[in-house]
Amino acid sequence: MISENTTFLGYRRENGRVGVRNHVIILPVDDLSNAACEAVAHNIKGAIAIPHPYGRLQFGADLELHFRTLIGTGSNPNVAAVVVIGIEDGWTKKIVDAIAATGKPVTGFGIEGYGDHETIKRASKIAKEYVQWASEKQRETCPISELWVSTKCGESDTTSGCGANPTVGAAFDKLHPLGNYLCFGETSEITGGESIVAARCANERVREQFMFMFNRYQDLINRHKTSDLSDSQPTKGNIAGGLTTIEEKALGNIQKIGKKCSVDGVIDKAEMPTHPGLWFMDSSSAAAEMVTLCAASGFAVHFFPTGQGNVIGNPILPVIKICANPRTVRLMSEHVDVDTSALLQSELTLEGAGDKLLECMLRTANGRLTAAEALGHREFVLTRLYESA
Amino acid sequence: MNHFVLHDAADTVAVVVVEGIQAGMQLRGWIMDDNRHIQMTAAQDIPLGHKIALTDMKAGDTVIKYGVDIGKVVKDMKAGEHAHVHNIKTKRW
Repeated sequence: MISENTTFLGYRRENGRVGVRNHVIILPVDDLSNAACEAVAHNIKGAIAIPHPYGRLQFGADLELHFRTLIGTGSNPNVAAVVVIGIEDGWTKKIVDAIAATGKPVTGFGIEGYGDHETIKRASKIAKEYVQWASEKQRETCPISELWVSTKCGESDTTSGCGANPTVGAAFDKLHPLGNYLCFGETSEITGGESIVAARCANERVREQFMFMFNRYQDLINRHKTSDLSDSQPTKGNIAGGLTTIEEKALGNIQKIGKKCSVDGVIDKAEMPTHPGLWFMDSSSAAAEMVTLCAASGFAVHFFPTGQGNVIGNPILPVIKICANPRTVRLMSEHVDVDTSALLQSELTLEGAGDKLLECMLRTANGRLTAAEALGHREFVLTRLYESA
Repeated sequence: MNHFVLHDAADTVAVVVVEGIQAGMQLRGWIMDDNRHIQMTAAQDIPLGHKIALTDMKAGDTVIKYGVDIGKVVKDMKAGEHAHVHNIKTKRW
């Protein structure tokens, strides 16, 4: 169905990257600035605030990840312009300067010395200019290879492994030869399938990087676990859906990388890939954390297969839900973008299911709202590595 | 109609993909990897998404799904029975 001649209508940004949404975001540096950001977004229609609970007294690698995630979110091509608000100027400026490197409009405000009222007033004036400026941006025809696509599954059950996840795999197998940037992750949920992923790595260097990330996560689990994790991995929802062990869940999970595409690179959390191909990102398997990291890495569309019915969305990244569980499709239809339950009855081929997803992907890229967008799901969850100072 | 599906012909468990499977029902299964069908009788009620044992298994046996090891049997089960967390556990962590 798709070829190198396939196109979509996207927004080309100042740095050449292509987005599929045109958001103006009001981004808090820290928890203290959420109120001002939400007030600005309330004042200026079309601007969205992205509140979160962190950003104070973090240090070391945890602080670097905080900055990387916020900077990546602002730099994502689905974002037209950014207002950054922080309690003080220093960290605010650090984030503004890094986003400004993309060439997009961005302005920062520190609250100290001004208070909320004055900050909200000043930031609202800029946000209004940005929203009106962004509203005149036009979509243009772009080759399919310029669409960055990430994936992560959630509330998985056994139908994920035999229906929804292989659908994503079939789509990835078709996108990979076209030169798309693709991403998967969920390090803990590779457990039991790590040798399969390692065997798919494009070369020895990538394989070593992958195994380093995998073993690092296993060490973390071994250090903190108080049991065999059978209440956390698989989750209660996974178990209700029929999954029994982490290995069974992992083998279902990795169906998302298809049968053919090689794993071409490895990135740490919220890092940006540097060349086309399929990237493994070391990441939590918690849905909102992983999807937030994908958005921060620069991905523009997300494939989210679910079995029991995860309802997640993201403020800037359209999340396309794929489901093959006939009961979930029936009971939670408002959350499902692509129904592939016919796959389990041999009424739809895997190839056909992949095409169905790619068709939905192109419509989403062209502007159609996903179920999560229409329902207002804007989960934004920052990954923390350890306690604050 | 496919009542259950399995990935690999070597799998010792398969996934029930319809609602309302009750003990005694004759079931039709689809092997996805080689597009073949097999028959099995349900020995217990099995919910949608849960697994059916395709062979008799003893405690300590390895459970095969996707053609690979997904854990160990912790309680004996017979072909057609419900295979879930009460009789299968991870070997890790």
